[in-house]
Amino acid sequence: MLQTSANLVWFIALPLFSSALLLLAGKRANSWGHVLATTVSASTFTIGVIEFLAMQARPEENRAVGQKLFTWISVGSFNVDASLLLDQLSICFVLLITGVGTLIHVYSISYMSHDLDRRRFFAYLNLFIAAMLLLVLGDSYLNLYVGWEGVGLASYLLIGFWNQKPAYATAAKKAFVANRVGDVGLSLAIMIAFATFGDVTFSGIKEQTDSASTTQLTAIGLMLLLAACGKSAQFPLQSWLGDAMAGPTPVSALIHAATMVTAGVYLITRSSFIFDEAPIAQLMVLIVGAVTLLFGAIIGTAKDDIKKALAASTMSQIGYMILATGLGPIGYAFAIMHLLTHGFFKASMFLGAGSVMHGMKDEVNMRKYGGIGKFMPITALTFGLGYLAIIGVPPFAGFYSKDKIIETAFNAGGIKGIALGVATLLGAAITAFYMTRVVILTFFGNERWGHKDEPHESPALMLIPIALLSLGSIASGFLLYQGKRLVYWLEPVVNPLKEHHAKELFSHTTVSIMTLTVVAIGVSLAVSKYRGDQSDKAPEKVSMLTAAARKDLYQDSLNESAFMRPGQSLIKKLLQIDLIVIDGLVRSVGSVSISAGTKLRSLQSGYVRSYALMMVIGALALIATVWIVTA
Amino acid sequence: MSLLTIIGILPLISAGLLALIPTKNNELIKRSTFLATLFVAIASIFMAFRFDKNSDQLQFTQNNSWISAFNINFSLGIDGISLVLILLSTILVPIVILATWHESDNGRWSSKVFYILLLVLESLMIGVFAANDLFLFYVFFEAMLIPIYFLIGGYGTGDKSAAAIKFLLYSLFGGLLMLASIIGVYIISSNQIGATFDLTQLATLEIDNQTENFLFLGFFIAFAIKAPLWPFHTWLPDAAKAATPGTSVLLLGVLDKVGTYGMIRFCIQLFPDASKTFTPLIITLAVISIIYGAFMAIGQRDIKGLIAFTSISHFGFITMGIFAMTTQGMSGANLYMVNHGFSTAALFLIAGWMITRRGSSTISDFGGLQRVTPVMAWSFFIAGMSSLALPGLSSFVSEFLVLVGTYTRYPVAAVIGTLGIVLAALYILIPVQKALHGPITGGNENLKDLNLREKIAISPVILVIVFMGFYPKPVLDLINPTSEKVVVNAGFSDPIAKVGK
Repeated sequence: MLQTSANLVWFIALPLFSSALLLLAGKRANSWGHVLATTVSASTFTIGVIEFLAMQARPEENRAVGQKLFTWISVGSFNVDASLLLDQLSICFVLLITGVGTLIHVYSISYMSHDLDRRRFFAYLNLFIAAMLLLVLGDSYLNLYVGWEGVGLASYLLIGFWNQKPAYATAAKKAFVANRVGDVGLSLAIMIAFATFGDVTFSGIKEQTDSASTTQLTAIGLMLLLAACGKSAQFPLQSWLGDAMAGPTPVSALIHAATMVTAGVYLITRSSFIFDEAPIAQLMVLIVGAVTLLFGAIIGTAKDDIKKALAASTMSQIGYMILATGLGPIGYAFAIMHLLTHGFFKASMFLGAGSVMHGMKDEVNMRKYGGIGKFMPITALTFGLGYLAIIGVPPFAGFYSKDKIIETAFNAGGIKGIALGVATLLGAAITAFYMTRVVILTFFGNERWGHKDEPHESPALMLIPIALLSLGSIASGFLLYQGKRLVYWLEPVVNPLKEHHAKELFSHTTVSIMTLTVVAIGVSLAVSKYRGDQSDKAPEKVSMLTAAARKDLYQDSLNESAFMRPGQSLIKKLLQIDLIVIDGLVRSVGSVSISAGTKLRSLQSGYVRSYALMMVIGALALIATVWIVTA
Repeated sequence: MSLLTIIGILPLISAGLLALIPTKNNELIKRSTFLATLFVAIASIFMAFRFDKNSDQLQFTQNNSWISAFNINFSLGIDGISLVLILLSTILVPIVILATWHESDNGRWSSKVFYILLLVLESLMIGVFAANDLFLFYVFFEAMLIPIYFLIGGYGTGDKSAAAIKFLLYSLFGGLLMLASIIGVYIISSNQIGATFDLTQLATLEIDNQTENFLFLGFFIAFAIKAPLWPFHTWLPDAAKAATPGTSVLLLGVLDKVGTYGMIRFCIQLFPDASKTFTPLIITLAVISIIYGAFMAIGQRDIKGLIAFTSISHFGFITMGIFAMTTQGMSGANLYMVNHGFSTAALFLIAGWMITRRGSSTISDFGGLQRVTPVMAWSFFIAGMSSLALPGLSSFVSEFLVLVGTYTRYPVAAVIGTLGIVLAALYILIPVQKALHGPITGGNENLKDLNLREKIAISPVILVIVFMGFYPKPVLDLINPTSEKVVVNAGFSDPIAKVGK
């Protein structure tokens, strides 16, 4: 029996209330809005820590707690409570969301201080925190769905925060629509689950998976994967993430790097009981993960916009996580481990990028950077730590979390294992290449910004959050890995310790050596290519691959020619059909009256008279018939 | 007299009293009408609290002989479905009056006539949802056309006369088909159980299949035109574009619900076998409506046309839910009628304010409103989010219930219907981007934000949209017993989950 905790509701109620208050209070809240929002975010973090400590103190089987709030929807056998569940998996996310979230709130106080709408920005941030916490705390797929679309809304509002620029407004819309395609998957998964199990709660479905057929579970699994692809920017729904960088940089760090985009990983991990029994769905998860991790990495090599390069990297890193979730029980734990370490180092690098932009008059083009390191030493240092973490240099965070994924991939068995292993290894090499490129172009080399004002280091309010996050880039991997801490922690939820049958192909050490070798190759390639003076313009004569990567491997063009343009011409045709065929048929029937109508426009009442007459005739006909029949 | 009858007659009496006020006294007329309808709204909420929600029987019944020669009775009474629709109507009327205070000022006739028509219409709306005598229902059903016709033709904009006539002809055509079916049913009843128009008794008739099919179609086509279902929909966009925003709210928010209400109350309850026969066809039309309406909405340049087509898509969901014949589908459809009423009301009212201020209803004429008129823009945005069924807002609950209820019986239809949620994102976000976001375009720089009256009018609607998204239970409690009864009486029970518990 699940124990009750009355605290859970505050995770959602506090930020939701604060967000509503800031939006309703309007300009009156300008002076204190950011303080309230940050305090609220910090409070949710505090509650998270308290809950975490309490959870740790309890014996393993009693760690999960729940709270029923109210009956939400109840019709026939379809009963859904608004109900929360905090277990070993969700607490990981709660701490990540509220912890990184609070740091980013603090950072934003300074970063957004010149923006007239800062209060509104903080209202959206709190809305996001509330929705994201609901996403990971909901005890059923339908509750999760509310958070799922809620974070989509917050993301839409924040990407379009500066929506007076049409391109930014378009980016926001694109993100929402791509997410909605994924949401179709989540909707359908819930429907299939209800039709199959008569239940939509995680625990209710988990109990019954044994009696369901593989087909049903595969269908649910594939639909959940579609949902994950939308939210986590995985192939083929990844094209929105690059454009989402239109949002203010703290948003990119929080939503489009550390938390929201990892929701797909959460969804699959949370649904482990389905994927474990649906091998085809699991295989698709692997394929999506592998394709995206390479896809993102390749795009990352060609982007000159620092935020877009980081976004491509996020896409690729989430590809790793998704791939890991496809690797079975132990994979879930490694996916979550990489998700947490990535949350730290990617957020710190995004905030670092924001710091650079702050000192560079919002310039995002790395070709216009160069040599910034000496002007912004702290930013450069923290960014460097994030860099070491992401490329996987020991003992930084990514070394532990990424290596475990590569190792598990190789050891998945057979050709599948080799293919996945090679993909992850290749990904690691490309990651090393594009991240080195980012670091060199930004912090080293010749100064290319072409104006007199020297870049300046950011204020402490921005640097402290970055510094704290880089502590995470340094230590989080070791802490989570040490003594299989996270693996044991998650054991009751996703059973990562379940026996793994396939024969081990490579040992841990072998994999580490291989990985470090390819990383070294990637780094040295980038160094040899980008050292020395660079031009402030992107080279025009480039290989086909670079050209393709600059255009996101033509995903947008594909979407445009496969969906958008056919859709537009379909709509055009439908508009004509509606007017000419459907309405035309009716009009030709009624044309006499209509033409008479134009003539008699001044005598409208004539129509009503004839209408009244018809009613009378109708009534008379009725009476007459009745009379004849009953006579 | 039952409370229901009193509530039903009150607007009519108010209309009579209004006639006594001198036409010149515009403000007094508006204020009295507003107060009268507000009182009716409060009275009907009071009635809802007195309603026994655990019963699926008719309540607040009133039965008087009307035309005894034909056994026609003035028979009223409500169950949960009727009650929520009456509540929807009576709550929306004062909101509409307050929101569109100046709507009647430039009409063909005086404001007095406008408000008399509106009050008469309100009585008829209550009557149509409360009638338990088939003939009485028909009288209300047809009589409703008259005030609406004058409201469109006399106070609308653009090609209002043509739109009004088109609306009338469509409705008239449907009405005549229904009349034929009513006569048929009456004849059969006189042969079997003694001539009657009483709905409860008529439901017990045994009709041979072919006759039942024809009678069913007579009713169904009338309701499909009213609802409106594809391909009977082309009158609606024209009417919505021509009518004043307030009239459009009542037209799409309430009157169109008579169509879907009629499908439940008459088509299914009187002709369960024929309903079963035609279900595949109707589900198909409903799915087409969902997708077609959404595509058409995406292509609209006129904001009122856009809202009209989104409604056609939503009516597709409602019809699909009804004929899925599951409790989730049926309750979802009923809840959808209420939710659609409020979110469409919000969209139309705000669109009306935008149009009045800008002097144009073309979406691309707006731009950057979020920064010029933030309150108006945000209200529109929330209403739009409800229209695209964002979880947490009211429409989501009903849309999801419809989809899940349909999936258990007609998975393919539900899957296609679910694709509608992507299209919904497009038809809401495209106008949001064009009108609310982007740079402030010429002609929009000096638009005024909502005034206090408008804010007061829109806030209850937004509150309902948010509240019902999180806590639909009070309304579902009213709807559920009746929905279950309808499904059971039609000879259906919910499909059982494949893996039993």
